[in-house]
Amino acid sequence: MIEDKPETGRKFHPVYLLLAVPFVALLWVPFYNRAEPSLWGIPFFYWYQMAWTLLGAACTWPVYRHEERRRK
Amino acid sequence: MSANPIAIGVFLVLFVLVSCLGFVATRWRKADLHSVHEWGLGGRSFGTIITWFLLGGDLYTAYTFIAVPAAMFATGAVGFFAVPYTILIYPILFLCFPRLWAVAHRHGYVTAADYVKGRFGSKTLALAIALTGIAAVVPYVALQLVGMQVVFAGLGIPSTFAGIPNLPVIIAFGVLAAYTYSSGLRGTALTAVVKDLLIYVTVLTAIVVIPAALGGYGKIFASIDPSQLLLARGSDTSLGSSFAYGSLALGSALALFLYPHSLTGILSSSSSTAIRKNAILLPAYSLALALLALLGYMAVAAGIKAMPEYAAGFGAFGNNFAIPALFLHMFPSWFVGLAFAAIAIGALVPASIMAIASGNLFTRNIYRQFIAPDCTERQEGRAAKLASLAVKVGALLFVLFFPTSAAIQLQLLGGVWICQTLPAVLISLYTRWFHPTGLLAGWAAGILSGTMMAWQLGLKSSVYPLHLFGITVPCYAAVLALVLNIMVAVLVTLVMNAISPNTTDETVAADYHA
Repeated sequence: MIEDKPETGRKFHPVYLLLAVPFVALLWVPFYNRAEPSLWGIPFFYWYQMAWTLLGAACTWPVYRHEERRRK
Repeated sequence: MSANPIAIGVFLVLFVLVSCLGFVATRWRKADLHSVHEWGLGGRSFGTIITWFLLGGDLYTAYTFIAVPAAMFATGAVGFFAVPYTILIYPILFLCFPRLWAVAHRHGYVTAADYVKGRFGSKTLALAIALTGIAAVVPYVALQLVGMQVVFAGLGIPSTFAGIPNLPVIIAFGVLAAYTYSSGLRGTALTAVVKDLLIYVTVLTAIVVIPAALGGYGKIFASIDPSQLLLARGSDTSLGSSFAYGSLALGSALALFLYPHSLTGILSSSSSTAIRKNAILLPAYSLALALLALLGYMAVAAGIKAMPEYAAGFGAFGNNFAIPALFLHMFPSWFVGLAFAAIAIGALVPASIMAIASGNLFTRNIYRQFIAPDCTERQEGRAAKLASLAVKVGALLFVLFFPTSAAIQLQLLGGVWICQTLPAVLISLYTRWFHPTGLLAGWAAGILSGTMMAWQLGLKSSVYPLHLFGITVPCYAAVLALVLNIMVAVLVTLVMNAISPNTTDETVAADYHA
């Protein structure tokens, strides 16, 4: 049995939890399976998921910044 | 349907221009295109922007652009699962694939099976991964051809010319095969830039012009059958379609980057930073896809299905004709030509990457491993080109001689299959605990159970109603098969590690960081 050696200086940082946020937001389907509140005539179900295309990227951004800082 | 000369003219001009670009690309970043690294991975030279266009053109295929709105048109809210699916792929891309890129870069791996061979030293496991990849991607190529056929029919181009049936598709594919053969991934990358720009112009125009003509988004959603507007709720005995929806999004997201064509796109980038940046920038395509999906509802609101002029198209292609019909109904001829060119060129890009990727798999993991172990780099490059050609011809024959439904069914199975390579390819990026025999056993269990579930559903759906403790759990078959796969892999690994531990591994922890 071989485990990869623990990598020094690469301890878990809480910022990585942000990557799990879109999974919670989009896999908890009953939360957004509703019509109200609608936006410009678009039911909640649709505009909520569309908003997450951008929010998902927004969640990844701080993680990217964190990794860039650590590389320096 | 009558031919539409202006639309056909615009379409042909764009199509020819883009094809020329594909050939010119041999001179772009000039290199020896005889080697697999240069031909099949573009020399691992693409920066953030080219990678963005290439992966965007690769993942969001022409068929996606036709089939997703068609699913919304026919079934309503369920079809929208493509949106959460294409959002969830990006945290996975960001977290896992820079590791795969780094180890592939360090050891010169071209395919996922190359990596598995290096990590576990098992030719058999690598062969299983390679065969799964090829089997999953060939029907995908065939579907791109189907997308092209739909567009040709929309333009009113007769499908039989000079007594030869399907001549337009054969010609278009000849063009694709020729430029892929000569310029490899370089040609595809340049084509992808034009294709993506055309797609964005089409989408942005459509989502402004069509709702304005139909009286706004409120009216569009009001015209949808209320029972289809949201997912059916669960009951005391069933978790309902919201569970199926989530499992489809998750399973598809897990599978996407395991497809050979996605990996080829990722490995061709010049740095792991380019990949991580793209995990932030690529969701722009998911937004475009969501907006395109809503076109399916616009087709309902416009009453496309009842119009006699499109009856022949619906008869031939079913609901996949909804979007071409909507465009024909809503737009002037020249814009129809542009939009259809975007879709047809949008078929060439992924089809070409898919063919290159399966060519790479065949050459690296079958030809070099089992047929010609002593081949030179030049012979290897030649084998990859010929194999990619064979894949394209195979896909073409498939489309010409089998009904469209066969390609759709095989692609559905392909999604279930490719998901089963996840433990060997993705989990192994983090641990070498698994025994190769365990992974092979898990893979076999996953493929078998997944195929059986899909078969029981008549290959019409991939949502399997699992009965657990008196409750029906409708779940994507790929996810259920993957759970079984991992359980078998863990059990067999425990046994094998006790009997004959296998520690072969040509990679070290530091290889996974770049």
